[in-house]
Amino acid sequence: MTDNTLPQADRQKRQLPQVNPVYFVLAALIVAIILQNPAFVEPTGYMNFLKRAAPLAILAAGQVYVIVSGGFDLSVGSVITLVVVGSSMLLNNDPNATWWVIAVMFGIGIGVGLINGLVVCYLKVPSLIATLGMMITLNGVAFMWSGGAPRGYLADSFRFFGRYNFTDLPVIRILPVAVIVLLVLGYALYWLMHRTNLGRMIHAIGDNPRAANLAGVPINRVRIIAFIVSSLSAVAAGIMLGGFAGVSTDVGIGYELQAITAAVLGGALLLGGRGSVPATIAGALTLSAIFTLLNFLGLPQPVRQIVQGLILIAAVAIAVQRRKHTGR
Amino acid sequence: MSAAPVIEMAHISKAFPGVKALSDVSFACHAGEVHALVGENGAGKSTLIKILSGVYVPDAGNILLNGQPVAVKHPVESLRAGISVIYQEFSLLPERTVAQNIFLGRETLRNGMLDMAAMRAETRRVLDLFGAGARVSPDAFVSDLDVATQQMVEIAKAISLDARVVVMDEPTAALNEAECEVLFQTIDKLRERGTAVIYITHRMREVARLADRVTVLKDGEVAARFDMPPVPEAVVHAMVGRDIADFYAPSATEAEIGNVVLAVQNAGNAVLRNISLELRAGEIIGFAGIQGAGRVALAMAIFGQMPFTSGSVTLNGANANFSHPRDAIRGGIGLLPGDRKAEGLVLMQSVRDNGMLTSRAFGNLAASHKSNTHVNLSSMDGLLDRMQVKAASYEQDIKFLSGGNQQKAIVARWIALKPKVLIFIEPTRGIDVNAKAGIYHLMRELARQGTAIMMISSDLPEVIGAADRILVMRSGSIVAEFANGAAETDIMLAATGETEVAA
Repeated sequence: MTDNTLPQADRQKRQLPQVNPVYFVLAALIVAIILQNPAFVEPTGYMNFLKRAAPLAILAAGQVYVIVSGGFDLSVGSVITLVVVGSSMLLNNDPNATWWVIAVMFGIGIGVGLINGLVVCYLKVPSLIATLGMMITLNGVAFMWSGGAPRGYLADSFRFFGRYNFTDLPVIRILPVAVIVLLVLGYALYWLMHRTNLGRMIHAIGDNPRAANLAGVPINRVRIIAFIVSSLSAVAAGIMLGGFAGVSTDVGIGYELQAITAAVLGGALLLGGRGSVPATIAGALTLSAIFTLLNFLGLPQPVRQIVQGLILIAAVAIAVQRRKHTGR
Repeated sequence: MSAAPVIEMAHISKAFPGVKALSDVSFACHAGEVHALVGENGAGKSTLIKILSGVYVPDAGNILLNGQPVAVKHPVESLRAGISVIYQEFSLLPERTVAQNIFLGRETLRNGMLDMAAMRAETRRVLDLFGAGARVSPDAFVSDLDVATQQMVEIAKAISLDARVVVMDEPTAALNEAECEVLFQTIDKLRERGTAVIYITHRMREVARLADRVTVLKDGEVAARFDMPPVPEAVVHAMVGRDIADFYAPSATEAEIGNVVLAVQNAGNAVLRNISLELRAGEIIGFAGIQGAGRVALAMAIFGQMPFTSGSVTLNGANANFSHPRDAIRGGIGLLPGDRKAEGLVLMQSVRDNGMLTSRAFGNLAASHKSNTHVNLSSMDGLLDRMQVKAASYEQDIKFLSGGNQQKAIVARWIALKPKVLIFIEPTRGIDVNAKAGIYHLMRELARQGTAIMMISSDLPEVIGAADRILVMRSGSIVAEFANGAAETDIMLAATGETEVAA
């Protein structure tokens, strides 16, 4: 009945906040880190920061696919654990096994994403529960596989992706492999989400699944692909984390919530329909910058958790308020 | 029958932003009578009832209960005053028993504990008043009861609340013949007990069967009042008696109507029975009928969302009994849903994204979103321009557009695919008058280009004005066919079941 068009002045105002605020927050945090630790402006400073943040950034960029499609993927942390533990078991200290082990890990990733998607689409289990169940199951699998006591270490050829730095380069001096992986996968995920039919359809099914179905969108196929993308990004994150974390059954713990927090910081709507890969990566860097800052300030681990929890609540609260004002 | 009416609404006016919903409406109901309130969709019936039940506060006018003015500002106050409203969607808790529902919020206590025995006994007593005590156990779960019985529980709840006024909002919408008769007998019992019953409907048969008085609302005003059961024709005339606006596009000429595109033969499913129809290229077919007559179900069956389970459907001679919207779209059928916001739009996406949604859904998943076999960004912009979609930018979220412009963007979505059959459900619902004319002309233009158009609308003048042929549905079947220019009265009578015209 009522006409939804708004007066012109309002519309102008609404178009002003074009730049996602996460970039300003990230910039402010980096300035704060530099003030605390001037060495950060050196390539070794910021490159090491990016290297440490890369796994979370890739994980979050995959998570945002599921969030935009209207769901959650809580299983990614356990996928990371499974990748680290499983790889150490399969490698069995043989560097020549690296490539097929990585292929097997991505195969497991496709399988996990497929099962998550099928359970959500056809058994109609809400994604929160379906992926929570997957998380518990995979943690159990990782524990069983390692026989309760993960052994050995990962071969250096496997740890290459997370740990190795190219050195003696001009200008930037060092370039960690993890940063290259972040750039390549980050761009690929950006392209798939924002430059293809698939990406537009992920937005559509998260926005209004009923309308998308009546418009001919193959909603189950699209949703399953979103879960597979998320699982694959978790495998990639797991391989990188294996590079600098030890082999244990708790490497992946908490990563699923960090990934969701990063997506929310990047402005993704928790109920789906809106979200951005670059902004999510910026959200992941923001979260890592906060942790780095807390580290410099000498605050212990529990404080990190408290801060992360408060950030998640604050980010959503601010987003809701912003939407109230701008109607977005 | 007492002299003063139990309930009286005097000179009620109510406006919503941009819409005058009710102006100077007066309405009264005496004890022991059934007063039917009839009118088309949007005539103001629901608004009037929501004022009576305290959901809305009127801008002007009074509510008098037994001659005393009362201020009903909240649904709880109206319940306390003895007014019970039974809405189309019931307010029962499905996972509770009948007795628990009837005593919801006012449970009987004994020594601080629930007195189940007393509540059961009282429930049985109330149900017995309608002779339903034998059929319905107070301990039955509401979710196990059929719709008609649930309705009876609602009525029993009203009685046990000692309601002096019971309002029923289109109570037969979900009932079958036999269930309707049970309901009518229940209403007769209410009348004998001296309850004032306000009965909202647009079915003439029910008016004839039940009403002692009839008030007809049209465009927020009282169009007619009958103090004795009137002949159905008189009521229908009062309901629809307005000028057919002259903003419809001219109808199709003989030459413009082409071959049969879609043919349905003796098809049916759980809701539909014995459907046979033919859609021709260049023709707009209007579907008239009351809510729940099966028009939307027919559209969804053709579109593959609620497929036919029997009979045959052919599209240009080939089998076309689709079981999924995607197959129907691939076959050349498009559908504009009736509830734009819930079923048509992806509100947070741009105008362009909404326009290109379907063509993208049939492209390669990893291909660029900017172009596909049907359309690209600039040809979509061209389509939107041609339809004069008003937006600050086509990259703007579609939720900021007016209803008419949103509808045009969905039309663009389908035009891009050049469908053979295009189904419009309530194409102008919630759209202002000028935008309506735009939609009618757009439909005609599409028909001229050879599309077969199926239009389902609850706005009867619109069906008559825009369609070349009108099919009337009732209870899941097509019951009558009219050429364009048919009289509203005749269509209404066929739709409500007063007369049957051979199809």
